[in-house]
Amino acid sequence: MPHFPLPLDTPVPSSSFLDLLEAVGARPRWEIPPEAARSLSVPEGTTVLALRYQGGVIIAGDRMATEGHLVAHRFIQKVFPADHFSAVAVAGTAGLATEMVRLFQVELEHYEKLENRRLSLEGKATFLARLVRGQLPMAIQGLVVVPLFAGYDELDRVGRLYSYDVVGGRYEEQEFGSTGSGARLAKSYLRTAYEPDIDASRGIDLAVRALVAAAQEDTATGGPDLRRGILPTVYRIDSNGLAELSNDEIRPYAESALEDVR
Amino acid sequence: MSMPFYVAPEQLVRDKAEFARKGIARGRSIIAVEYDHGLLLMAENPSRSLRKIAEVYDRIAFAGVGRYNEYDILRKAGVRQADLMGYLYSREDVNAMALATAFAQTLGSIFSHELKPYEVEILIAELGQEGEENKLYRVSYDGTLSDERHFAAIGGKAEELVAALEELWRPGLTLREALDIGTEAFRRAEERESEGWELVVLDAANGRRTFRRLDESEIRSSEN
Repeated sequence: MPHFPLPLDTPVPSSSFLDLLEAVGARPRWEIPPEAARSLSVPEGTTVLALRYQGGVIIAGDRMATEGHLVAHRFIQKVFPADHFSAVAVAGTAGLATEMVRLFQVELEHYEKLENRRLSLEGKATFLARLVRGQLPMAIQGLVVVPLFAGYDELDRVGRLYSYDVVGGRYEEQEFGSTGSGARLAKSYLRTAYEPDIDASRGIDLAVRALVAAAQEDTATGGPDLRRGILPTVYRIDSNGLAELSNDEIRPYAESALEDVR
Repeated sequence: MSMPFYVAPEQLVRDKAEFARKGIARGRSIIAVEYDHGLLLMAENPSRSLRKIAEVYDRIAFAGVGRYNEYDILRKAGVRQADLMGYLYSREDVNAMALATAFAQTLGSIFSHELKPYEVEILIAELGQEGEENKLYRVSYDGTLSDERHFAAIGGKAEELVAALEELWRPGLTLREALDIGTEAFRRAEERESEGWELVVLDAANGRRTFRRLDESEIRSSEN
C-alpha cells in the first residue's frame, strides 16, 4: 500500500472540518461515569447578549469568569469573530466554550476555502447547533456551554441573531437574546428599553446598559471597571462585515451607563 | 493465468513522464511575481467558476495546471492538511515548506505506484513574514520539488515565461508594474493576447488572511 502523506483519501464526504477531525481520529472522546463532574470546579463565563438594530446586529459580553464564588479571570474574552460576517458569544464552562469557538471558526473558514464560498448565515447557525448538541454528555455532567450567534445575512441583507439551549436547540430571535448567569437581568432590562429600528449607536448603548444592569444584581457578571480599564467586548456587524469596537469607542457608553445607575 | 509483459523500469518511467508532460503542456500556464508588498499570481483562465489559484492558509496560496479534477484533489488535501495542523497546534505552525514537501511526496508516490500519473504541476506561494523572504515552491508531476526566488512559472510554457521574467523582473515593483510585466511575459511566451485573467494577491494589507482575488481593473485603478 502506498502511503500518502496528505489526507487525499480520508473518508470525508463533506467539506466539514469537524467530519475531518473525526475521520483522522483527532476529536476527543470521553467515557465519563455519571457522577464524575460533581467534584469539578472550573471557570465559568457569565453574561453575553446580542440585539438587532437597523442595518445590523450588536453582540457584546462582560469580561468576567467565575469559579464558584471566586473570580477566576477578570479579563476573559467571551465574544469572538466567527468569520467576516458573524460573531459568536459563549457562556458556561470557559474551557469547553473557547474550544467550541475555535472549532467553529476553523469550520467556517475550512468550508469557505474548500467550496470557494461562505456558508449561509442559516447554515452557520445550524452547524453551531450541532457543536452544542455534541457537548450534551458533558452538559449532563454539569459542564454546560450555551452560545449566542449573530451575523449579517448576505442574502436577505439583514442582521440576524440566534440563541441556543443546552441540547442544541436553535432559536432565531427577532429583537435581542442573552445567555449566561446574568441573562435574565439583561433581558428584563432590554424588554423595557429596546425598540426596533434603532441606529447602531443606540444599539451599542443598550447593549452596554443591559450588561451594567445584569452586573448590578448578578455577582458573577463583571460590569465595566473604569479604574482597572476593564470594558465589555462589543462587536458591530453590518453589510460591511464585522468590526470590533475599541476601548476608546466603548468608554463613553460605559461611563454614561454607570453614571445612570449611581 | 496470463503472464504480464515485461517492461523495463526505465521505459515505464519514461512513458509515464512523457504522458504526464503531454497532459500538462495542453493546459495554460501560471506565474507568480513578487512585488513590493506581496505576491501576485496570474493564470490565464477564461472561466469565472473553475479556479486554478486558491487559498490554502493565512499566507499560503495554491496554483495548479493540468487536469482540473487532479489538482483540485491535491488542493483540497492541502487545505485539509493545513487546517488540521493549524487547529491542532497553532496558526504559525503551518508553513509552505512542509506543505510543498507533502505535495511532492504525494505526487512522487502516485507517479511510482499508480498506473496513470497525475497530469499536474503545482505552485505553492507563501508571503514571507515582515522582513522575511517570500517562498515559491514548484512541484512537478513526478514529485520533483524546486524552490524559486522572486518569480516562478508552471505549465507548458514555463521555460519561456521564466526566460521573459528574468529579463523583466526587478526588485521593488509596484502591484501594477508586476501585472504589466506578467502580461508582457505571457505575451512573449504565448505570442498572443490573454483570453482572461484569474488574478490573486497575497498581501499583508489584507489582514490575517492575505489571500485576495482581484480584477484587472481593480489593480489598474489602485494607487500603487
